[in-house]
Amino acid sequence: MSEHQFNQDAGQDRRDFLKTSAGLAGLTLAPGVLLYGISAYGRAPDEPASSEVRWGMLIDTTKCSSGCNDCVTACNTENGLDGKTGPQDSQWIRKVHIKDLQTSEQHDLPMMCQHCEHPPCVDVCPTGASFKRADGIVLVDRHICIGCRYCMMACPYKARSFVHEPLHDQKPDVPRGKGCVEACTFCVQRVDNDEQPACVEACNKAEHNAMLFGDLNNPASDIAKAVKTYATTEVRADLRLNTGVRYQGI
Amino acid sequence: MARFAHWLKLAVLLGVVAMSIAPMQRALADVELPGLQNHKGAKCVDDVDFIRRNHPDLLRHHRDETVHKGIRTTKYSLKNCVQCHASAKTGSVAEAKDDFCVACHSYVGVQLECWECHSSKPGKPDALPTEAAKTSPMMTSVNPEGLAK
Repeated sequence: MSEHQFNQDAGQDRRDFLKTSAGLAGLTLAPGVLLYGISAYGRAPDEPASSEVRWGMLIDTTKCSSGCNDCVTACNTENGLDGKTGPQDSQWIRKVHIKDLQTSEQHDLPMMCQHCEHPPCVDVCPTGASFKRADGIVLVDRHICIGCRYCMMACPYKARSFVHEPLHDQKPDVPRGKGCVEACTFCVQRVDNDEQPACVEACNKAEHNAMLFGDLNNPASDIAKAVKTYATTEVRADLRLNTGVRYQGI
Repeated sequence: MARFAHWLKLAVLLGVVAMSIAPMQRALADVELPGLQNHKGAKCVDDVDFIRRNHPDLLRHHRDETVHKGIRTTKYSLKNCVQCHASAKTGSVAEAKDDFCVACHSYVGVQLECWECHSSKPGKPDALPTEAAKTSPMMTSVNPEGLAK
């Protein structure tokens, strides 16, 4: 408890320091220009993920194009998925089409692990394989996973897949194998290297800019500003899971 | 007398044991030790004897640190081992009989399960993350690199 308290205090000090330096930098460079993000997230490789950060994603469904599948393709390429969409195939991200029957309002949106603050998959996991990292990313430790698939049943978002067949030629950064449950990792291997998830990068590259990734805890980040400004929703907000992925326009 | 018989029995037993061990030793000497010549770097990340004895513990510790805490140092990472020890012939540490990991593990009769999930081949040459912390493009609408100029 005391250690936790200490860490929180240290985090506060660091944040204050960064705020001050950001303010100074803003004065010297240009109005509206903030240097806040420069050193705040450049986590050293030997530094553990911190609970000061909460990774989140905001998806603007009004910008998501109905014919576009770039986020799914990018996810498959990055994580070495074969792209098949059968009931026993791994899908870490899906494009979903929704329609309001009364108003005929239609939207497309990508749906993946919502990286809940209170993840049901972690609640039900009998071995502790399903866990939430300090920075809010929900993962499966495949070394501990016994493949019972309780988490798949618990997840309200159908986000998890089970690997049924032996796999070959996995990506060095994304180990996957038969007998384990898996799901979107927010491309944790990229995030730890200060890159954006593959889906977000692909969406921006296609100039749809429907996906925004960043630190919800950092008031100066684009995503924090956006969720503060616009009305955004969680899918199945009634479950009070406080998802890390939020949607705009649905 | 009984004591003498006891000693005699013991001596015979020892003799039998010694005779049975001698050919075994000869047989062991005939077995070719695994050749562990596949490495690109000049030197291992640590003392070779230390790595030989402790690499399972080092890898297990590192895997937990990486998966649960996001610590991505490269010194004891499996990816780093593969990067250096992949054979020139197969490009892998575990495909052919004389590839680095398999050569030794089959010699000692230990089955390796790492490669059911982990890639036994290195990725792109630049696949290893650089140790230096980089600035993050996702945090701000301003490109920090552009600003620094």
